[in-house]
Amino acid sequence: MNLLGARLSPEMLAFAAPSLAHLSPLDISVIAIYFAMVIWIGFYLKSKANTSEEFFMAGREMTAWIAGLSFVSANLGSLELMGWAGSAYQYGILAAHWYWVGAIPAMLFLGMVMMPFYYVCKTHSVPGYLKLRYGQGSSTVAAVSFAFMTVLMSGVNMFAMAEVMKIVLGWDLNFSIIVSSLAVAAYVALGGLRSAIFNEVLQFVLIWGGALLVPILGLVETGGWSGFKARLAHNIATGATAPGDYTHMWRSMGHFADNPMGIHWTGILFGLGFAISFGYWTTDFLVVQRVLAANSLRSARLAPVIGSFFKMAVPFIVILPGLLGLVVLTNADGSLMHLVGENVVAAHPGAGLHSYNEVLPLMMVRYLGPGLLGLGITALIAGFMSGMAGNVSAFTAIFTYDIYQPHIVKHAKDEHYVLVGRIVTIVGVVISIGAAYLVMNAAGIMDYVQALFSFFISPLLGVVLLGMFWKRATRQGGFWGLLMGTLTSIGLWAWVKADPSALRFVAISPDAKDMAENMYRALWSVSTSVGVNVIVSLCTKPRPLSELAGVVYGATPLPVEEPVPFYKNEWFWTAIAIVVFLALNIYFW
Amino acid sequence: MHSTGISIWFFIGVLLTVYGAMILGYGIYELSSGTMAVANYHASVWWGGLLLLVGVFYGVRFCPGRNE
Repeated sequence: MNLLGARLSPEMLAFAAPSLAHLSPLDISVIAIYFAMVIWIGFYLKSKANTSEEFFMAGREMTAWIAGLSFVSANLGSLELMGWAGSAYQYGILAAHWYWVGAIPAMLFLGMVMMPFYYVCKTHSVPGYLKLRYGQGSSTVAAVSFAFMTVLMSGVNMFAMAEVMKIVLGWDLNFSIIVSSLAVAAYVALGGLRSAIFNEVLQFVLIWGGALLVPILGLVETGGWSGFKARLAHNIATGATAPGDYTHMWRSMGHFADNPMGIHWTGILFGLGFAISFGYWTTDFLVVQRVLAANSLRSARLAPVIGSFFKMAVPFIVILPGLLGLVVLTNADGSLMHLVGENVVAAHPGAGLHSYNEVLPLMMVRYLGPGLLGLGITALIAGFMSGMAGNVSAFTAIFTYDIYQPHIVKHAKDEHYVLVGRIVTIVGVVISIGAAYLVMNAAGIMDYVQALFSFFISPLLGVVLLGMFWKRATRQGGFWGLLMGTLTSIGLWAWVKADPSALRFVAISPDAKDMAENMYRALWSVSTSVGVNVIVSLCTKPRPLSELAGVVYGATPLPVEEPVPFYKNEWFWTAIAIVVFLALNIYFW
Repeated sequence: MHSTGISIWFFIGVLLTVYGAMILGYGIYELSSGTMAVANYHASVWWGGLLLLVGVFYGVRFCPGRNE
């Protein structure tokens, strides 16, 4: 595309490799304006981030809409957009499970059931809640592991994004890493969490503005959803596309061998829908921090509900383009393009092959002209930057509140902690850059880092849930539950790494594949965490009820909120969200 | 969001207005020069126009000082 716009000179941006797309001056202007805008917002909000409450918690002034959009946006990184579009091309609409059953029940549960406890105890973080419920030990373990993993993940994502920019635009890796890091460091260090949240909302709008056009034009070209299905069926019948059920979500889940993902419905429902999804959406501070910044309990409860509607809509701009790519992407000679795995591309350099993960950029290049392509690329960059800003702002809050304050400088002035927060933001970005270069020189690390992150999420879910809903849970139960759940996850992962045939035991079937392993490992991990917590708690002395006020169900008087019209009530919108969620699953059954 | 002064929706309005104007302007140029790409469906014109409309709405609706 971009047949009409003048090309940017390759030397100007150290272009080094053949790329999928070339940007016109109009596209470059669109990207440059975005960078100018985020820096402007950072400088503008600097004066609004003077106290620790303002810097770390955005003054707890966010409306339900702002908190809700930020909540979803922090999770909507560009790598996720491209990765799941690629999965949709490869596996079909099964990939939408990660947006629906893998998110919606957990988001609604957070808003309606868990949020009152997080909000009423006025905690500033998830480790902060663990401190109130289980004591300093569990809190510190969770804080240190979260802080370490957050900056590491930030670096991994930074490297991956730089690689994407190299493939799509031919940009030099160092250029992408340094420019985007400096911008993130500037606006988060200046404006704190408020600046990160504002930019996440901005990014959310840009993602829709930049990416929505692709499925719309794709559907126009294929003659709508039924037209797409007809073309896909024709391609499968003629052997042009690999056989498979690309348009149904549940009917091929009866057995591991019946679907290309190698997953059983129990894994999707309990592993993804509970262990992974609830672990991520209800205990990962990266997303929970956004809701804790809400201006009232009602806003804090409504924010995940609002977010759930947008989350349900995301497959329209992620999954659908991947599916449409199956029938509209063609080679220069007019034949149907076949995307392949990264390993195949790497094994055939110079063959002109493209990987599954490139389906979204390829669709953008197909449909978006000058200006619009810049907007699409800006959406990808914005997605990456807000994801990184989310990691860095969460790291800053956890380090300052849960590590620095309780263990290093306990009683300093408020301004001191704000200064520490600004410095830690810069340090977090520097460590992230270091992690990015570490991954660049040892690419295999990336798989290990992502697995490492998953080790902590599911056991934490077991500990938080029992702590919140079972008065009898003790400090020792929480600590040992967290530890044994984590060790179970690590042990199962190491077992399969050492002996791949162990997958038949971990994921219950010899036909199971990698994704099923993740789901069942999470399920075993959270089960162990809960089981150990219960056993140890029953053998140790419980805390007096008076010490649990504000943190446990049954010991916490919830504030009575002002009555509002039904259309402003969080329960009304939760009911609507449940109906839409069920309807989508039934329609695409 | 009162204490922040300028609403995030104003920033979004400004950005969409600028983007909309740029993309719509290019789309009109493209139309007038008759060099429209086949798969484009005049998207620059109607999508740029839509961005411009939404941007102007939010920019005006949340303009600082409008409700003071």
